[in-house]
Amino acid sequence: MTTLTPTPESPGNRGAVDVQKELYGGQLPERAPLLVIGAAVVVAAALYLAAGVNLMLAALVVFAISLALPVWSVAVEGRRKATDRLVTVLVTSSFVLAMFPLFSILVTVIGKGTKVLGIDFFTFSMRNVVGEGGGIYHALVGTLIITGAATVISVPIGLFAAIYLVEYSEGNRLSRWIRFLVDVMTGIPSIVAGLFAYALFVLFFGEGVRMGIGGSVALSVLMIPVVVRSTEEMLKLVPNELREASYALGVPKWRTVSKVVLPTALAGIVTGITLAIARVIGETAPLLIIAGATDSVNFNPFDGRMASLPVFAYASQRNPGIPPEFSIDRAWGAALTLLLIVMLLNLIARLVSYFFSPKGER
Amino acid sequence: MTSTLAPRRKRSTVVRPGDRIFSGLSTSAGILILIVLAGVAAFLTIEGIPGITASPDEVKSGQSFLPYVWPLVYGTLLAAVIALLIAVPVAIGVALFISHYSPRKLGQVLGYLIDLLAAVPSVVYGLWGIGFLAPKMAPIYQWLESNLGFIPFFAGPASATGRTIMTASIVLAVMILPIMTAICREIFLQTPRLHEEAALALGATRWEMARMAIFPYARSGIVSAAMLGLGRALGETLAVAMVLSVSAGTVTANLISSTNPSTIAANIALSFGEASGKTVNALIASGLVLFVITFLVNFAARAVVDRRKDFSGAN
Repeated sequence: MTTLTPTPESPGNRGAVDVQKELYGGQLPERAPLLVIGAAVVVAAALYLAAGVNLMLAALVVFAISLALPVWSVAVEGRRKATDRLVTVLVTSSFVLAMFPLFSILVTVIGKGTKVLGIDFFTFSMRNVVGEGGGIYHALVGTLIITGAATVISVPIGLFAAIYLVEYSEGNRLSRWIRFLVDVMTGIPSIVAGLFAYALFVLFFGEGVRMGIGGSVALSVLMIPVVVRSTEEMLKLVPNELREASYALGVPKWRTVSKVVLPTALAGIVTGITLAIARVIGETAPLLIIAGATDSVNFNPFDGRMASLPVFAYASQRNPGIPPEFSIDRAWGAALTLLLIVMLLNLIARLVSYFFSPKGER
Repeated sequence: MTSTLAPRRKRSTVVRPGDRIFSGLSTSAGILILIVLAGVAAFLTIEGIPGITASPDEVKSGQSFLPYVWPLVYGTLLAAVIALLIAVPVAIGVALFISHYSPRKLGQVLGYLIDLLAAVPSVVYGLWGIGFLAPKMAPIYQWLESNLGFIPFFAGPASATGRTIMTASIVLAVMILPIMTAICREIFLQTPRLHEEAALALGATRWEMARMAIFPYARSGIVSAAMLGLGRALGETLAVAMVLSVSAGTVTANLISSTNPSTIAANIALSFGEASGKTVNALIASGLVLFVITFLVNFAARAVVDRRKDFSGAN
């Protein structure tokens, strides 16, 4: 606001144009940011198309030219506004920077993954396949069984634990500990969960145990805290008036919870569970430890090794065999399938919460 | 909210069987969670102790436990800290962009995009890191070696494949960015409107408003976001296992060479399949070390949040 420094003459003695000039003098034109960014993009695009510099360098050029904006500003507007403009440039470019990997991942996975996708890819296993061909049927089956079993284990535990925290604990010390440790549990590394499942199963089945259900136990360790947290949040949102109305009608507490509270929060709970499934379905490390890898279809989670999509993608990339390109193509195909499943689950979660949540909570 | 119901319970005379079963189920589910967490620690300890006490010739590495696990701990911390250094400023920038710089409607869409990044499975990040990022980084490492080689971090010889600890850290940074951004965004959005408007009304620029109104309010939230990100980065397995080309027992500050220290998690993932006997126990013991480290980090993060909860937006 350097323009507002007192001037010897009073404003009244000058023309309106002078006043306006003084008030607005120390400002860049309104279009200045657009102008600079536009120029930067044009230069970068020219370099990219004409001189063939790569995309990363072109982005750097855009960033470098954008820095002209704060420099211009320091000349016209002074230091404070220039700092503001500099930060705006930095904040915006940090966002663009963060979007880079997202698009890069999507483009790479879709580009390399669609090559192998086809009916055969989803209906054939890898049994007796060398080189070209084969598919992910066995891994798909394994992933669905393992994740399904994990859901069956974690949802009741998570749901009831959340009910305890919200409806029964009344804020006692135990509930505070549970809440705190659930938070801490969210941060358990997935591989540690796998090791836990192995250490547990090894006591019963002896060394070298590999079982699909072990993978489910490991995934449950990762899934339970997510279910508890999201369900708890949803139960807390249920208005107390509903509970009180139910009690006033003489309904016992357990029926109030199961017939009034849970149905009200159902959409949110389902959303939370779906997101939790989406989170664990892509976990590789625990399944690598306890579920192992195999080329054949295995429908029994209690018997022997079980393939899963993430482990399949990992193993295909790690030990591609000779020639390697077919296996690596399959790895990308499996990664794309996994990504599609996760995206689909996310979409379902959003739709459920959009269409089924009680009105007014959207 | 439940406190309003407390007097009712005292007066209630009829305790129905359904009530008893339901509250019993709920309470035991809550306690079960505590048991599971204790079980994780207990089983890892039971199976890990033989690995810690194993003599050097009983395990595959041919080393006793401490010299074996130390380079792994070093590698884990190094990769995670570099990832954090990259991710924290970007996460704060992105969160600020979404919460205060972009139009509100656009911000929601952008937030969804970032959440999408969080949903990408780690094996996909690993494939991306090794199939896309590493080859792209290799020429940059060559450049760093020839121009900044006097700095120990870039001493080289530069890896030709780009599968260095630097690349692994960048992948880790990308992976922890969404969770940190999500937390920072939530807290930035909770900054009291009046604080912001007061700052702007006093003539502050937008950046000065952020510095004077948003950051002081969000500080503990940013710290906890960073520590949760650190916890994630410490425990991340597959991306590191796929991207990094490791050589056992290395402890080096060199970030761009092809001889890198492994991380605990990646080492377990890579060696567990072929391990047998006491080697398995040693791996489980290293997992226990990782569990303790991440537990402490998360514990500290949660404690920071809980302590400051009453007078900041972090909860």
